[in-house]
Amino acid sequence: MTLWADLLVPLVLAAVALWGVARRVDVYGALSTGAGEGLGVLIKIAPPLVGLLTAVYMLRASGALELAADLLAPVLTVLGIPPETVGLLLVRPVSGSAALGVGAELISAYGPDSLIGRTAAVMLGSTETTFYTVAVYFGAAGIKRTRYTIPAALCADLAGFVAAAWAVRICFG
Amino acid sequence: MAMSVLWSVMVVAALVCGLWTGQSGAVAAAAMEGAAAAVELCLSMAGVLCLWMGVMEVMRRSGLADGLSRLLRPLLGRLYPAFARDDRVMEPLSANISANLLGLGNAATPLGVQAARQMARRTPGVASDALCMLVVCNTASIQLIPTTVASVRAAAGCAAPFDILPAVWLASACSVTAGILAAKLFARLWSAAEGQEGQP
Repeated sequence: MTLWADLLVPLVLAAVALWGVARRVDVYGALSTGAGEGLGVLIKIAPPLVGLLTAVYMLRASGALELAADLLAPVLTVLGIPPETVGLLLVRPVSGSAALGVGAELISAYGPDSLIGRTAAVMLGSTETTFYTVAVYFGAAGIKRTRYTIPAALCADLAGFVAAAWAVRICFG
Repeated sequence: MAMSVLWSVMVVAALVCGLWTGQSGAVAAAAMEGAAAAVELCLSMAGVLCLWMGVMEVMRRSGLADGLSRLLRPLLGRLYPAFARDDRVMEPLSANISANLLGLGNAATPLGVQAARQMARRTPGVASDALCMLVVCNTASIQLIPTTVASVRAAAGCAAPFDILPAVWLASACSVTAGILAAKLFARLWSAAEGQEGQP
C-alpha cells in the first residue's frame, strides 16, 4: 500500500510522458504552456484565500469553536457520533491542517484502534476542507454568486461524519 | 452573497467570542497570521498546481484526456448534462475524477479548477448547477487511499494503519451520494425561488 503511494506520482508522470512522445507531441512545450496557465490561476486564487484564512484563524483563536463544541455535543450523541469528536467535526470544513492536528490528538489520546481514534481517522479520510475548496474553485473561476453550493457541500460533510461513525461501528463492532 | 454573509458572521463571531473568552489579543494576532498563511499556502501549492496543469496540457494534446473522458462520459454526462458534449469541460473533469480515485489529491485540485474555469465561461460570475455540482463533488472527498491519515495512525503506534479502508470507502460513498442528492434537490428549490423573484 505504501509502495503504491510512493510509485503513483512517478508512474503517472512517466506514463503521460511516454504516451505523449509516442504520439509525437511536444511534451516539454505542452508541459510549460500548461504550467504557465497555472500561474494565472494562482493569482486568482490568492485574494479569496487571504479573506477566508483571516476569518478562519480569527475564529480559531477566539475560542468560538470550543464554545460551539460544548453546545453541539448532546446533538452528536443523538446522531450516533462520539461527542469527543465534536472539535474535529467543527474544524474539518474550515481548516485541513487544524483538522489533521485535532484528529492526530484524538488518535494518540484514545489510541489508533479505539472507537474514537478510528472514527476520527475515518472522518479525516472521508471528508474534505469544504470552505477551502469552495474558495479555490470559485476564486479561480471568478464566481461571485455561489448560490446553493455551501449548504449542499455542508450536507455532504454532515452525511460523511454520521456515516463515518456508523461505518466504524459496523466494520469493527 | 453567501460568502459575504459567511465571512461577516465568522469575523463578528470571532470578535464577540474573543471578548467573551478574553482572547481579543490572540484574535487580532490571528487575523494577521491568517492573511500571511493564505499567501504561504498559495506559494506552497504553486509548483504542484503548475505541474499538474502542465501534465493536463500534455494529456490534452496527446489525446489521453479525450480517451479518459470517453471512458467516463456515461457517468459524467449524467451528472453534468449541460456539458456532456463540451470537450473543454469533460477532459479536465475526467482527469479530476481519475486523480481523485487514484488518491492524487494534489493533482485533483488543479484539474478540477481547470474544469471549473471552462464551465464558468458560459455563466460568468454565477455558479451554474454544473459548477455547484463540481464543487460539491470535490468537497466530498472520493480518495481511495487516505495516505495522510494512515501515516498519522502509524505514528500513533497502529499495527495496521490501513484497516480503516472499508469504513473510509463506506463513509466517502455516503458523503458523495448525500452531496449529489442535496445539490440536485437544492437546484430545484433554488431555481423555483429565483423564478419567483423574477431573477434569471
